[in-house]
Amino acid sequence: MLKKTLLSLILAAGVAVAGNAAAVTKVAFVYVGPIGDHGYSYQHDQGRLAVEKEFGDKVKTSYVESVPEGADAERVIRQLAASGNDIIFTTSFGFMNPTLKVAKSFPKVKFEHATGYKRAKNVSTYSARFYEGRTVLGTIAGKMTKSNVVGYIASFPIPEVIRGIDAFTLALRKVNPQAIVKVVWVNSWFDPGKEGDAAKTLIDQGADIITQHTDSPAPLQVAESRGVYGFGQASDMKSYAPKAQLTAIVDDWNYYYIERVKAVMDGTWKSTDSWYGLKQGMVEMAPYGDAVPADVRKLADEVKQSIIDGKLHPFQGPIKDQKGKLVVKAGEVVSDKELLGLNWYVEGVEGSIPK
Amino acid sequence: MDLFIPALLTIITAATPLLFAALGEMVTEKSGVLNLGVEGMMVMGAIVGFVAEYYSGSATMAIVASILAGAAMAAIFALLVLEFHASQVPTGLALTIFGIGLSALVGQSMIGIAYEGLPKISIPVLSSIPVIGPLLFQQDFLVYLSIVMVAAIHYFLNKTRAGLILRAVGDSHDAAHAMGYSVVKIRFMAILFGGAMAGLSGAYLSLAYSPMWIEQMTAGRGWIALALVVFACWRTLRVLLGAYLFGGISILQLHAQALGIGIPSQVMSMLPYLATIFVLVIISRDVSKIKLNAPASLGRAFHPSR
Repeated sequence: MLKKTLLSLILAAGVAVAGNAAAVTKVAFVYVGPIGDHGYSYQHDQGRLAVEKEFGDKVKTSYVESVPEGADAERVIRQLAASGNDIIFTTSFGFMNPTLKVAKSFPKVKFEHATGYKRAKNVSTYSARFYEGRTVLGTIAGKMTKSNVVGYIASFPIPEVIRGIDAFTLALRKVNPQAIVKVVWVNSWFDPGKEGDAAKTLIDQGADIITQHTDSPAPLQVAESRGVYGFGQASDMKSYAPKAQLTAIVDDWNYYYIERVKAVMDGTWKSTDSWYGLKQGMVEMAPYGDAVPADVRKLADEVKQSIIDGKLHPFQGPIKDQKGKLVVKAGEVVSDKELLGLNWYVEGVEGSIPK
Repeated sequence: MDLFIPALLTIITAATPLLFAALGEMVTEKSGVLNLGVEGMMVMGAIVGFVAEYYSGSATMAIVASILAGAAMAAIFALLVLEFHASQVPTGLALTIFGIGLSALVGQSMIGIAYEGLPKISIPVLSSIPVIGPLLFQQDFLVYLSIVMVAAIHYFLNKTRAGLILRAVGDSHDAAHAMGYSVVKIRFMAILFGGAMAGLSGAYLSLAYSPMWIEQMTAGRGWIALALVVFACWRTLRVLLGAYLFGGISILQLHAQALGIGIPSQVMSMLPYLATIFVLVIISRDVSKIKLNAPASLGRAFHPSR
């Protein structure tokens, strides 16, 4: 709390001193984790740096990191809006309501909220179809698991995370119908110790591949030391697990951030809803680890390419739910609207969604 | 029951950092000083230990560096509250904030570097006992040290004259002062010790628990350690019990989830804090009980001139 207050004070002071040159577009970012997480927030900050690189003196960027989702976030966002930023990117799901609330009081400031679903005249949403990447991961995992148990470390039970679990499981069981997914929720985006403990727990319970929807490299590192495999999250984490990382989903926000800042400069910015995936390069796959055999690489590449070409939809029927009931008929796909509110597990996921 | 042993092993690693930090804080509080900067000292111990390991390649150097880093942070706190009579609560909070920021700065170039972790030490003979042998006697050095520290601190506080003096200072600094003891000096030592232990706790995190450096990797464990001291009513053996209980809860809930047992994980995540609040309520209902063990001068500034 105190830290955030200090941060925003310092930020306000810094901005006040630096501002005023008329042609400079001021861009601010709010991150949920530290930029040193080497994961989710790190990748957003790479996007910020790309904006700086692209526009040089024409932009002034600033950021506030480790902002808790909730009441604190509103204060930080309000502070950024009040200090003359032209566009503010709030980069975590939990910033949704605070962003909208602040946006109401600052109609001239543009807001961009990541992974949310509520928009306003001056609030755009953007997200990446990470689940497309998870389809590729699931395919690799299905081919490479020997115990047929895959461990999944999850953060919070929001549609974004459940979508990832389902997409992963569907792809996993498509190539290996015997395989199951065990999910452990750690109720945190970022707690290396706890994430590592969750990985140990899952390995102890028979998982020989670990995947995660939390932000630190700790689970991968546990996989490395226990001699099992895993996937990097948000960023290429190979340096932490040179043997264990099979590939990683890499978030690439650079292009989107540059495009949106440019729109503000040109005066063409409009409230939009962007949901980009492998095709637009917002989701990318890291190079395969040495452990991935050639035939699995080929299959994974094919899956990736057919998603890019629009030939394969990660949520293509037939899809059964956990009880084995057919929910999506063969030939149908789950619509974007349903995907955005997804709150049920597909067949093959063990356990229940915390309510 | 083939899950029993692996689960216990994980509990030991989860409990050890809590144990170090809570033991240190308990000694500090026993001298009458409340240092809320545990998280900051811990995170500094974590990064400095990791940096030392990176440049020296020696685990011993790394651990020593962590201890010194924790103690150095504590020294700043001690100087402010003992010499300049700054209020302990905000000073401790500031120390945490300072530590988190400084560690991020120091650790900038350490992101992305992996370390294989402290070597495990097998105790001969004992480690070959079936079932419990590998569990109890094949740990890294710091796990053994944490248990040794429990015994040492228990002995120090309850059986030695120096321990008695420390407790006296914590219970009534004016009386101790009148007796001719140097309250400031004793408290300074106790604060340094608390910092060194928090540093060790940090070393365990960045060298053994999840051997890497990530900003804010302590993730609130300093606060759990603070709660643990209250939970344990300032008793050494209860700190041990509490650390393993808190560690145990956090690991068992993960196992329960992976087994598909339907306890909401959010409930399990808040259990340590609920337990602490529960104990606080129980002990504060009975004034005599808390008086027996809570240091009576806890958090009060000492002015020898008065």
